[in-house]
Amino acid sequence: MAQIVLFAPLLGALIAGFGWRIISEQGAMWVTTGLLFVAALFSWIIFLTLPGETQQIEIMRWISSGSLDTYWAIRLDRLTAIMLIVITSVSALVHLYSMGYMAHDDNFREGEHYKARFFAYLSFFTFAMLMLVTADNLVQLFFGWEGVGLASYLLIGFYYRKPSANAAAMKAFVVNRVGDFGLALGIFALFFLVDSINFDDIFAAAPEIAETQMTFLWREWNAAEVVAVLLFIGAMGKSAQLFLHTWLPDAMEGPTPVSALIHAATMVTAGVFLVCRMSPVMEFAPAALAFVTFLGAATAFVAATIGLVQTDIKRVIAYSTMSQLGYMFVAAGLGAYSVAMFHLFTHAFFKAMLFLGAGSVIHGMHHEQDMRNYGGLRHKMPYTFWAMMIGTLAITGVGIPLLYIGFPVGFAGFISKDAVIEVAWAGSGAGFAFWTLLVAAAMTSFYSWRLMFLTFYGEPRGDRHTHEHAHESPKVMLAPLGVLALGAIFAGMIWYKPFFGENEKIATFFNIPAAEEMADAPEHADEGLGAAAEELAEGDVGAAVEAITEDTGGEGEGEHHHFAFGGAPGDGAIYIGPENHVLDDAHAAPAWVKVSPFVAMLLGLALAFQMYIRRPELPAKLAENQRPLYLFLLNKWYVDEIYDALVVRPAVGLGRLLWRRGDGNVIDGGINGVALGIIPFFTRQLGRLQSGYIFTYAFLMVLGIALLITWFTIFGGAN
Amino acid sequence: MIADDLQTVLPEILIAAYAMLALMFGVYGGKDRVGGLLLWTTAAVFVAVALWIGYGPNETRTAFFGTFIDDGFARFAKVVILLSAAAILVMSQDYMARRDLLRFEYPVLIALAAVGMMVMVSAGDLIVLYMGLELQSLAMYVVATLRRDSAKSTEAGLKYFILGALSSGLLLYGASLTYGFAGTTEFAGIIAAVGEGDVPLGLLFGLVFMSAGFAFKVSAAPFHMWTPDVYEGAPTPVTAFMATAPKMAAMGLFARVVHDAFGGVVGDWQQIVAFLAVVSMFLGAIAAIGQTNIKRLMAYSSITHMGFALMGLAAGTAFGVQAMLVYMVIYIAMNVGTFAFILSMEKDGRPVTDIDALQMYSAKEPTKALALLVLMFSLAGVPPLVGFFGKFYVLRAAYEAGLGWLAVAGVIASVIAAFYYLRIVFYMYFGDEREAMDGGKNPVLWSFLMASAVVMVFGVVNLFGIEPLAAAAAATLVN
Repeated sequence: MAQIVLFAPLLGALIAGFGWRIISEQGAMWVTTGLLFVAALFSWIIFLTLPGETQQIEIMRWISSGSLDTYWAIRLDRLTAIMLIVITSVSALVHLYSMGYMAHDDNFREGEHYKARFFAYLSFFTFAMLMLVTADNLVQLFFGWEGVGLASYLLIGFYYRKPSANAAAMKAFVVNRVGDFGLALGIFALFFLVDSINFDDIFAAAPEIAETQMTFLWREWNAAEVVAVLLFIGAMGKSAQLFLHTWLPDAMEGPTPVSALIHAATMVTAGVFLVCRMSPVMEFAPAALAFVTFLGAATAFVAATIGLVQTDIKRVIAYSTMSQLGYMFVAAGLGAYSVAMFHLFTHAFFKAMLFLGAGSVIHGMHHEQDMRNYGGLRHKMPYTFWAMMIGTLAITGVGIPLLYIGFPVGFAGFISKDAVIEVAWAGSGAGFAFWTLLVAAAMTSFYSWRLMFLTFYGEPRGDRHTHEHAHESPKVMLAPLGVLALGAIFAGMIWYKPFFGENEKIATFFNIPAAEEMADAPEHADEGLGAAAEELAEGDVGAAVEAITEDTGGEGEGEHHHFAFGGAPGDGAIYIGPENHVLDDAHAAPAWVKVSPFVAMLLGLALAFQMYIRRPELPAKLAENQRPLYLFLLNKWYVDEIYDALVVRPAVGLGRLLWRRGDGNVIDGGINGVALGIIPFFTRQLGRLQSGYIFTYAFLMVLGIALLITWFTIFGGAN
Repeated sequence: MIADDLQTVLPEILIAAYAMLALMFGVYGGKDRVGGLLLWTTAAVFVAVALWIGYGPNETRTAFFGTFIDDGFARFAKVVILLSAAAILVMSQDYMARRDLLRFEYPVLIALAAVGMMVMVSAGDLIVLYMGLELQSLAMYVVATLRRDSAKSTEAGLKYFILGALSSGLLLYGASLTYGFAGTTEFAGIIAAVGEGDVPLGLLFGLVFMSAGFAFKVSAAPFHMWTPDVYEGAPTPVTAFMATAPKMAAMGLFARVVHDAFGGVVGDWQQIVAFLAVVSMFLGAIAAIGQTNIKRLMAYSSITHMGFALMGLAAGTAFGVQAMLVYMVIYIAMNVGTFAFILSMEKDGRPVTDIDALQMYSAKEPTKALALLVLMFSLAGVPPLVGFFGKFYVLRAAYEAGLGWLAVAGVIASVIAAFYYLRIVFYMYFGDEREAMDGGKNPVLWSFLMASAVVMVFGVVNLFGIEPLAAAAAATLVN
């Protein structure tokens, strides 16, 4: 079944890419979409019937060279299963949606065939992404990693007649190279340390790696820290974290379904997936995890600030994506991998929905993307409006705080984002991560509502003609919105427990073996740790024990519950070290922490309402008053400009120098000079020498003898 | 005693006797009418003797007090010489017959030249060496002027003769200097007298003069000046012959002398050979660019190729000799095919040698054009054709012997040389429409051309097992 999920998209891509002339463009669209729905169906079956232990389904022997011996295999555990349903569901819906969205495209000439190519790329992307998440070793993961990079490049540059799209595609590719360099180095380092690239071997060796020192960049480091940081650099590139994020907003040049699939729901979360997948190694690298947390929080904050002032509807959502990815990294960095995956999971639904909704608006508004030219569209496109509304409610985190009826009540984003913020509070002790995320949450609320108000409320602005012809999108585009809306509303409530419920539920879900249950475990953590120490002293290292006490007030539970995560690294889908009790601490967060994100959301909403509904002239005034700040944000903190000055221009200059001077003048000039000037000159001279007169010939022979004799007289023989 | 000696030189005696018999038969049996018959018979004798030598006992024997050496190296060279001579004879039959050049003397002279060449590569003494060389040369002078009514042919023969006499003089002068210092003409004696390390300057002069004589024979620059004129003037089959068998013989002779007589002073003659090699490679490559006549072009081409073969010899190692032998075999195989093509170039029954005539040849004769393309690429040393491996061998030999600069020079020269080979291909495929040449449907030439081209393609598998044979031959020479 897993094989079918993996290969159905590849099959679709091949058929659509190479066979569309036979089965027609329409056929290609239906084949790829149909295959994706089959894959999605099987993914859900896999997800719902997943057995406890990790399965490895070998497909073929892949590389056998020296000590590198590896299979191409599908690693099927909870992490994979979550990603499977996210990828295939969103991809199938995006395929369906694209049938409507791509039906007529002004970027292509009349009669040009582009749809089959688009669908082939989409399916190919899906295959590569599945390769990434089903990988059983790092090289296989890297293959998928590069495959999605390629697909992303092809799809961002899909409108190849637009220079900006081509530039954006190249930018995405080049920036990702930087991250991939880190990832590749991380893989090399692991192979160097473990002599294997298989996850099982690496995970088993993780405690050993943590004890090892290695030299990197002329200094001794802890090997686990080096590996973790290098892998995270790879994740930064793919997941558009700060400093390597510049490509993501530009990637919005691609068609909107692509943005929904690749640049919101799936590919950009690959970095989060990587960190979670490598959790057994990450757990042994506290400094690297602190770095992950810091960068994630900073990204969440910076992206949110930029999102405040953007006017392109897709760019707003792009920055919101970047910000949300920061949230996920904060959770992962603090050791709450299940929470990171939770937010990834819910985010995929509501963010894909926001993008598809935005696409629907863009489609209805004849490819107008500037929100300043929207306004009052809720009557023209009611379905889209409601879809966007649900998405916004989800992303801003609307729910009922402190209510717990077996599960918290609220939209998906409310539950998962609050979980992240609670983890941030628990992990950083009301420090940097917590406050930045909280501020970011307020800003998220502001720009999301700003988007809604600008687009659907108020008076129609911009071109009247466009507004008159604004229309609701066809059903193939609305149906995916409906399905995603279900996810955006219910995903959080349904899967709250396995991701962020009691430890036991999480452990079952992710197949983490329990540490020894202690019937009468003491209620205080200190004593619990003491018990753990005793266990260790008894030599029972394999099940390094931590005794944890569930806080009485936590989530309104009244019972005492003692459950500790155990097992060796690699036993479960994720590994949670014995020292790691961030989840328990998060549950124990005081009420004000739990309510704070909701308050932040209300603040953002109120501000947006004030500025865009009640006094629409206010934003312009504010921009006027705070012009430097406004420009700073509008220009995205000038990161692009700084990179341009520091990296791009010198590189281009060097390239130009080598090309014009080096290649053009020296090499071409040299070759041309020799080939067209010097050699023909000698040819002519030799032709003249070949006079046809015997005496010339004889003279030359004697000359040759004389030369050799002279040479030997001076340098050779007895002398 | 004498019987053993005769046994050793039996192949040479056999061909010499055959040549005399054939001469008698020709004179009394019907003059030029039997030319064709004699030609085929001679070719058959060559092949038979080649097979006999090739499958004969594999041992080193000497005759006449060490003045004649029959070892693996000599046998390898003789087989190559005889087979290539036979191939050229067969190829030339039609061409000569149709131009009334098929005189009965032609195969006889070729047979005598073959005897001379066999003696050359087996020489163990300076006098025997000179005897073989002169026998071959005299026969070749006459063959070059075979077309007596053509001013060009006679001029070519005369130039060849005069310059050949000069080179023989130089060679003899060098031989006498060597004799003066070594006190013997026998190679075994010379090598003992020379010893190792420092040698007197006079002996080196002798070596230089002798090398000049050999260089003339292999047409290495700057002793190459006769080559273009003679190649152009001589009838094309004779040109083909000159470009193949005698080159092998002269190269074998060169290797024989420097290793058997001067094996102790490799460092000294290495300088001479390297000098000859580098000058030949560049001169041949550069001068060929200006040529418009394909026979002159092939003359310069052979000069370049001799430079490469000398590069193998310059290495001064057994591997160098092996590389040289492999290179020579490949060179001859390529030249047989190329000359088979040139022999078939004609228009209204008259031979054409202008390169311009090849314009858009591919449109008319796609198969032959493709075969020539393969041969030209192979001559230029483009991988993965066999010609590339020949070059690769000698470059490796030179590099491993510490002559890195020579290898680099060789690569540069081969890039320059590629120009004129590729120009022929360019003309054939992208040239202007011209009045086309005739088809030239000679099956013999066609099959030689195709066989050669096919060998160039499929030889890459294992070079048809030439390597181990050449290695064994080289091992008997260098020890």
